[in-house]
Amino acid sequence: MMTNPTGRLTQGQFSFLPDLSDEEIRQQIEYGLGKGYAWSVEYTDDPHPRNTYWEMFGMPMFDLRDAAGVMQELDGCRKTFPSHYIRLLAFDSTRGVESIAMSFIVNRPQVEPGFGLIRQEWHNRTIRYTVYPYAAVEPEGERY
Amino acid sequence: MSEIRNDSTQITDAKKRYSAGVLKYRQMGYWQPDYVPADTDTVCLFRITPQEGVDPVEAGAAVAGESSTATWTVVWTDRLTACENYRAKCFKVEPVPNTPGQYFAWVAYDIILFEEGSIANITASLIGNVFSFKPLKAARLEDIRVPVALVKTFKGPPTGLIVERERLDKFGRPLLGATTKPKLGLSGRNYGRVIYEGLKGGLDFMKDDENINSQPFMHWRERFLYVMEGVNKASAATGEVKGSYLNVTAATMEEIYERAEFAKELGSVIIMVDLVVGWPAIQSLANWCRRNDMLLHMHRAGHGTYTRQKNHGVSFRVIAKWLRLAGVDHLHAGTAVGKLEGDPLTVQGYYNVCRDAYTKTDLPRGIYFDQDWCDLKKVMPVASGGIHAGQMHQLIDLFGDDVVLQFGGGTIGHPAGIQAGAVANRVALECIVKARNEGRDLINEGPDILQKAAQFCTPLKQALDTWKDVTFNYASTDTSDYAATPSASH
Repeated sequence: MMTNPTGRLTQGQFSFLPDLSDEEIRQQIEYGLGKGYAWSVEYTDDPHPRNTYWEMFGMPMFDLRDAAGVMQELDGCRKTFPSHYIRLLAFDSTRGVESIAMSFIVNRPQVEPGFGLIRQEWHNRTIRYTVYPYAAVEPEGERY
Repeated sequence: MSEIRNDSTQITDAKKRYSAGVLKYRQMGYWQPDYVPADTDTVCLFRITPQEGVDPVEAGAAVAGESSTATWTVVWTDRLTACENYRAKCFKVEPVPNTPGQYFAWVAYDIILFEEGSIANITASLIGNVFSFKPLKAARLEDIRVPVALVKTFKGPPTGLIVERERLDKFGRPLLGATTKPKLGLSGRNYGRVIYEGLKGGLDFMKDDENINSQPFMHWRERFLYVMEGVNKASAATGEVKGSYLNVTAATMEEIYERAEFAKELGSVIIMVDLVVGWPAIQSLANWCRRNDMLLHMHRAGHGTYTRQKNHGVSFRVIAKWLRLAGVDHLHAGTAVGKLEGDPLTVQGYYNVCRDAYTKTDLPRGIYFDQDWCDLKKVMPVASGGIHAGQMHQLIDLFGDDVVLQFGGGTIGHPAGIQAGAVANRVALECIVKARNEGRDLINEGPDILQKAAQFCTPLKQALDTWKDVTFNYASTDTSDYAATPSASH
C-alpha cells in the first residue's frame, strides 16, 4: 500500500481523480482526436518513474479517427493484461512539439505495493538514492 | 500636444552635415520617414515623453541617435566610417492613443550594430545612455522585433518545455509547484520537511525563493542536501519524477558554478537563478545547463523596478524575449488573477512570447511586431503569487497547459497541512483539465466543477472554504493602449 494521499501510483493526468469510466475515457480520446493527435495503448508491470518505454500494445493509431476504435484496442489490452498498468498516450506531430500531448492511466493492478528507496551513503554527507518498485524483484509477467 | 512634423529634414549635403557645431538629430540622419526596415534589422518601439516644447519627431530621432552612434555635437570622424549603416533610424512617430504628451517612436537598427549571441551588447545600446537623455522626461522600450538572422545566433532555452515534459514524464496538464515558506529562517532540516510534504501530496515541483541563498540560518549545502532527501523520498512515495528548484544565485560566478555542480552531483533535475545576476551570468549558466542536462528556472526578481511603470523603463515582454534568447527554461510571467501586477491580456502576451513558434502582432496583448522564433526552444511560463485552488478554472482558461502553476501560501497555508494543500491543488487541476477536455465551459461552470470534486476530496473543500473570498482586484498599471476589439487595430 502506497502512503501518498491517493494510496496509488500518481503518474499521468488523472490519477488524483476517481477512476475514469469508459464513457469518460472515450471523451478524452475524442478531445485528442479533435486536436489531431494519434492515440496509443501501452502497458507495463514496471511502474518505475523513469521506466520510459512501457510495452506498446500495437502501433500508435495514426489513421484512426474514431474513439470507438481506440476503445476496442484498450479493451483488447485489458483482456490480455488485466493486472498490468495500462496508459493511453496521445502523440502530437506538430513541428516544434513532436512529443506526447496527453497521457493517463486506465488500468492498474488490484494491489499497488509502491516503491522502496535505497540510500547509499557517499562522501561529505551526500547520499546516492535508488528508487525501486517492490514488485519488480519478481520476473516480468509475475509481478502483480 | 505638439503637432508631429514628420517631413524629412535630413541634411544631405556632406559639407554642411559635417561642419563643426551642433545639429538637430533629425537633421543628422536619425529621422528617415521613408525608411523601410530590412529583414535583418532589429526594430524597436519606444514610448517617449518629450520635455515641454521638444518636437516629438526630434525626440524620436534623438532616441535613435543616442541608442546608436550619436554624440551631442557633430564629429568629423564619422566620415571615416560607413556611418549611414551605424545610425539607427527612427522611421515613424505617432501619438499614443488617449495619452497626451506620449508618443510611440519606431526605430530600426542595422544588424552590424550588435555582437552575435550577446544580450548584454544589445541592452547596452537599446537601454543604455538613451534612458537618461535630458530632452526626454521618460522613455520605455515597449517591444522589439529581433530579426531571424540575429535570433539564430542565440542557443535559447537549455531544455525547452517539450523536452522538460519528456524528462519529467508529465503531459497534458499544467505542472504544479509551490514556493517554500517562510522565505527566511527555516533550518535545512525544517526546510526539507516542507519539500517532502508538498511533493508527496501531489506537487511536481517545490521552489526556493529568490532571496534564499546562503544566509546565517541555512548554509546552501545544508539546504541542497535536505531538499534532495525530500525530493527522492517523495518520488518513491508517489512513483513520479519530482523536483525542487535549487537557487544557485550567489555573489560571484565561481560560487554560482560551485552550487550548480553540487546540485548536479545530488541528482537534482533543476536549478534556479534570479534575474538580478545579470545577462552574462544568465547566458553562462544557460551554457552550463546545456552541458549538464539541467533545467534552468528563472525567477524575475527585480524586474518590477523597470517594467511596471508604463511611462518609463522596459516592458516585461521585451525582457521575456531577451530571456528566451539568453536561454532559460522557466520564467515567472505573471498570474493576472493573483497578488502581483498584471492585466490578463498583457500577461497572455508575455506567455505567448515564451511559448509561440511564431508570435503574431496582437495589439490588445501588447505585441507590436511579428516575431519568428526560428524553432528556438520554448520557455515554460510560471504563474506564481497569491493564487489558490479556487481560481484553477480561471488560470487554465487564461494560460492553457504549458505553464507551472505555483501555489505557495495556497499549499502551505492549507488548514489541514501541506500535503492536504497539495492534494487540493492537484485534484482541482486534474478535474478542471478533464472538464475542459470534455468540452465544458470553464469560466461559467468552473466553480461548480470544483465544488463537485470537493465532494470526494475534503482537502479541496477546505481550500475552497478557506480562500473563497480572496481576490486581488486592483487596477493594473501596465495595460494595453489598444482596446481588445478588432476595429481598434491600426
